[in-house]
Amino acid sequence: MYKYSDFDAAFVAERNRQFRAQVGRRVSGALTEDEFKPLRLMNGLYLQLHAYMLRVAVPYGTLNGTQMRQFAHIADTWDKGYGHFTTRQNIQFNWPTLSDVPDILDALADVQMHSIQTSGNTIRNVTADHFAGATADEIADPRPVAELIRQWSTDHPEFQFMPRKFKIAITGSENDRAVIKAHDIGLRIVEQDEELGFEVIVGGGLGRTPMIGKTLVSFLPREYLLPYLEAVVSVWNEIGRRDNKYKARIKITVHEYGIDAIRNLVAERFAETKQEFSGVDTSYLAQFEDAFSEPVYSNRPVDVYDLAYSNDPVFRSWADTNLTAHRAEGYAIATISLKAHGQTPGDATAEQMRVMASLAERFGHDELRVSHAQNIILPHVHVADLPQIHAELSQVGLATANIGLISDIIACPGMDYCALATARSIPIAQEIATRFDELKLEHDIGHLQIKISGCINACGHHHVAHIGILGLDRAGVESYQITLGGDATESATIGERAGPGFSAAKIVPAIERLVLAYLDLRQTDDETFLETYRRLGLTPFKAALYPEVKAHAA
Amino acid sequence: MSRRYLPKVITANALIEGDVVYMTAKGMWSRCLRDAEILSDEADAQIRLIDASAQSKDVVGVYLSDVEPGPNGAEPVHFREDFRRTGPSNYPHGKQEGQAHV
Repeated sequence: MYKYSDFDAAFVAERNRQFRAQVGRRVSGALTEDEFKPLRLMNGLYLQLHAYMLRVAVPYGTLNGTQMRQFAHIADTWDKGYGHFTTRQNIQFNWPTLSDVPDILDALADVQMHSIQTSGNTIRNVTADHFAGATADEIADPRPVAELIRQWSTDHPEFQFMPRKFKIAITGSENDRAVIKAHDIGLRIVEQDEELGFEVIVGGGLGRTPMIGKTLVSFLPREYLLPYLEAVVSVWNEIGRRDNKYKARIKITVHEYGIDAIRNLVAERFAETKQEFSGVDTSYLAQFEDAFSEPVYSNRPVDVYDLAYSNDPVFRSWADTNLTAHRAEGYAIATISLKAHGQTPGDATAEQMRVMASLAERFGHDELRVSHAQNIILPHVHVADLPQIHAELSQVGLATANIGLISDIIACPGMDYCALATARSIPIAQEIATRFDELKLEHDIGHLQIKISGCINACGHHHVAHIGILGLDRAGVESYQITLGGDATESATIGERAGPGFSAAKIVPAIERLVLAYLDLRQTDDETFLETYRRLGLTPFKAALYPEVKAHAA
Repeated sequence: MSRRYLPKVITANALIEGDVVYMTAKGMWSRCLRDAEILSDEADAQIRLIDASAQSKDVVGVYLSDVEPGPNGAEPVHFREDFRRTGPSNYPHGKQEGQAHV
């Protein structure tokens, strides 16, 4: 992992010192809220519905045991004993008081973390494939590049007051687990003539105007990455709309100008930026590649695993659902579900965080990942350690075997916490997971992604869900709109709206009708919901959702 | 004919904790909606809002919120305001914690 240099540590310490003084001036009355608000947002501090919320960046979703343990300490000391992992691979604390935040930021700095640029119209935390550096299908680990982008974008003087926020995601695999086509810029590491470079995708995004990103360049030699990114962001920074915040994101700029015009403008600007970068960026990249070198794997017998797999059905079920192939022999990628049935998606208690930290330190080369699906990953574990890992996870409610299944729901905080939300998300997720657990159909249903957003801003990624749920306020009542057929992978697709919304009381039965219809409609047991939807289209699912309409027509 | 003015309360978030607060008839901030003064006259409500907004050392984001007068004081009209006076639905946190101790 990357370790802070003296420069990094001094920079974060100085920002924390400044913020402590700013909080002091706000509390004394020397600063008004209008003056203070942009300062607190620069440090990731929001005022939500019931309390402040501090959003802490987990750079490209990678953290170590010490950092996870510090989250537990923060949760216990200054919050309510838990934290919420988000779809942007960050963690949010829902209950800090304003006067405690400077101490929290110092505690984060102690473990080389901060909350800078987790808000505001800046380049936000760069997100990455959560299986980076471990997955078998990878051309190269994207995290050294993500670290390079992080350092370039942090406190970048030109990009602190942009038309709107800007999100970059990166993957090193053909199989996209980082939703790169729904980001302002999506990067995919590609190989051409034995040389590594990037496919640069631009103008994707969700929110009220969902768009799938378009390819700006299909192969960018890797030494040009930063000057090229600088060209893209600076073109948009200049021509992006500042008159209307709903039209300010680069997806609208790309839509209005057309991808070819944007490509030409970027090429012109790139001719300049290319001259300005001295090559220092490439030497930094080489250093970061060393920092992310592969762990030293051990070659041990796997019979402990085989024995547990054949004798323990609970372990077998977890192994079948929560493990992914690792590129090293005898190793696995283990996903820890933060989606126990009936619990809040993405939440972990301080005790659970300490267990995950300890497992990473003892069995996982001291590495953890946060996924955009709001789960935690042990990226490098030897299969012989898995029975022990599973046993320890079980003791703290972290052994739910549901990764990729219907209860592995993405949900934004919704109106239970978020000041922007128009309806609640969390209770809907809890009820769906509980209902399908009661029906004991989850494993039979197979791979099915439900994603719930509590407002049009789509933090819950509902547009790219197989079944998306959007919570709205319809004449003073919570109403839930369903979209179908979305896809968050390399074949990214925006889901289609199924029809009128459902009340909070009727949305879970509606989802149940939809899923039961799928079970009737699928051709084989392994045809997924998305495959069935693609084969048959909206009509049969619409009939299941709105049986009364069918009855009227008959 | 002009529409009847919907009764209001003045609400905000406390500066330090961020907790939801309401303005009482005595001009103090309370954490409970039932303590809030119900304002039925538009001009009066606007003046009270200006005065409350000036208290920026104590509170953030002052606004008028629609209510219906009930036997236990003001009742929220919109579900968002109902959540604000209660707390989140997934844990007994926020104002619900306070109530548990009463």
